[in-house]
Amino acid sequence: MKRTEVPQDGGLFDGMHEIQYAVNENGRYVLEKSAGWEAKAVANSQFWRTVEGEVQQSIEDVRKGRLSPLRVYMALHQMDVRLLASHAGLWRWQVRRHLKPRVFAHLKPHLLERYAKVFNVPVDQLVRVPDNWERWEFIRRLAHRYDPGDSLYAP
Amino acid sequence: MHLKYEHRHSAHCESGVTSGLLSHHGLPLTEAMAFGIGSGLFFAYLPFLRLGSLPLTTFRSYPGQIFAKATSRLGVQVRRQRFRDPAAAMAALDELLDHGQPVGCQTGIYWLPYFPPGMRFHFNVHNIVVYGREGEEYLISDPVLENPVRCAREDLIRARFARGPMAPRGHLYFVARAEATADRRTAVLAGIRETCSVMSLPVSLFGYRGIRFLARRVAGWQERLGSRQATQHLGNLIRMQEEIGTGGGGFRFMFAKFLQEAAETLKEPRLEEFSARMTAIGDRWRDFALMASRNCKGRADETESYAVLAEVLLDCGNREREFFRDLRKLVGELRRSK
Repeated sequence: MKRTEVPQDGGLFDGMHEIQYAVNENGRYVLEKSAGWEAKAVANSQFWRTVEGEVQQSIEDVRKGRLSPLRVYMALHQMDVRLLASHAGLWRWQVRRHLKPRVFAHLKPHLLERYAKVFNVPVDQLVRVPDNWERWEFIRRLAHRYDPGDSLYAP
Repeated sequence: MHLKYEHRHSAHCESGVTSGLLSHHGLPLTEAMAFGIGSGLFFAYLPFLRLGSLPLTTFRSYPGQIFAKATSRLGVQVRRQRFRDPAAAMAALDELLDHGQPVGCQTGIYWLPYFPPGMRFHFNVHNIVVYGREGEEYLISDPVLENPVRCAREDLIRARFARGPMAPRGHLYFVARAEATADRRTAVLAGIRETCSVMSLPVSLFGYRGIRFLARRVAGWQERLGSRQATQHLGNLIRMQEEIGTGGGGFRFMFAKFLQEAAETLKEPRLEEFSARMTAIGDRWRDFALMASRNCKGRADETESYAVLAEVLLDCGNREREFFRDLRKLVGELRRSK
């Protein structure tokens, strides 16, 4: 990659820059700051779209009474049962059980607190489908950052 | 408590930390040099290991190896420690800082609040340098960020004790004695030699064989997985290759810079040619990422079908095969002539 070819497409966060290695006019390697590459931004945005889809699905599952609100938080934080179990200090079968709405409704306070701590929310918020949608909005923004309309250097 | 530590914006966290810590102890070392001596370059495609339902692809050696190998080859003494108890882990960190020692820490990037949320994934082998403390705040030099940052004690504890695959368990490390006893020439040669070996391993999952294996798999993705899943696999590949930390082209450009520096250290102009060859291979990887991302967007025409993508990858694999074969020969010659 030549120094002049280091992409400056944007797409990193908060105007961040990352280091790219590139060759200057004399064939020597230099460290060049890049504002982001569209190819990568496309892949990232695709990743966030799958997260978005999972959150959407989980909200529906909870609204229809199929799963407990825990599922929504898991999707929001990209956690599977294994990861949540290890963060909450529980067994996997316990987490799986707590995903059942009827079990979750009678969960003891100390268990609720464990989950609340992992997700960094107050307990009373954890038991409902979350209404603090800040993170959800954020994921949606990321997911649709590079929707059609951009060029990707098309002819 | 505030040490004088020079922050260096780097492409990759582990090589950045290695370069930063060694330079702090009076052994100036660029990131590319740390990466090369530590034999960071690698390739593996492990479809039976899944990360979030997507096959694991890596362009680098096992986490922790760059620091371990670079320091041992340079004859630098290091200490490392893991903990069960977060309080003990923080106490050890504080004590080291009091002794004027900048400390490398392994952290889970998901729990570091100074990163923008869009960059936070459940990735447990992110390396940072802690170089000071002010009250309940720690001063941190994170190599992939432009400037030093601060992190609250509680958050740092969470990040150092993140759970999941490759959990850090409070892992910290630092340079204990920095007089390099080993000769830098030998270290550079050892680094190159190992990279040549691992890139030519006689196992189809690793090195250039791994790249060719991946190429064959990519060719069949659309039929086997369906369009939707196939593009997700592609997207994942691009992210592994280009997401923060590789310096572009899956570390190929960083390795090319290392070869350029090695040419000076070893006074061997032929390594310059190898550097240029590696740059060309890196460009090919970039071509692949660009074409693959067009495919992800659904804008691909015939020239960017999976068959064509597979061909580009195969080309990368073949070129790397020749590259490492030739490089190995040269290194053997240099070792004998020493």
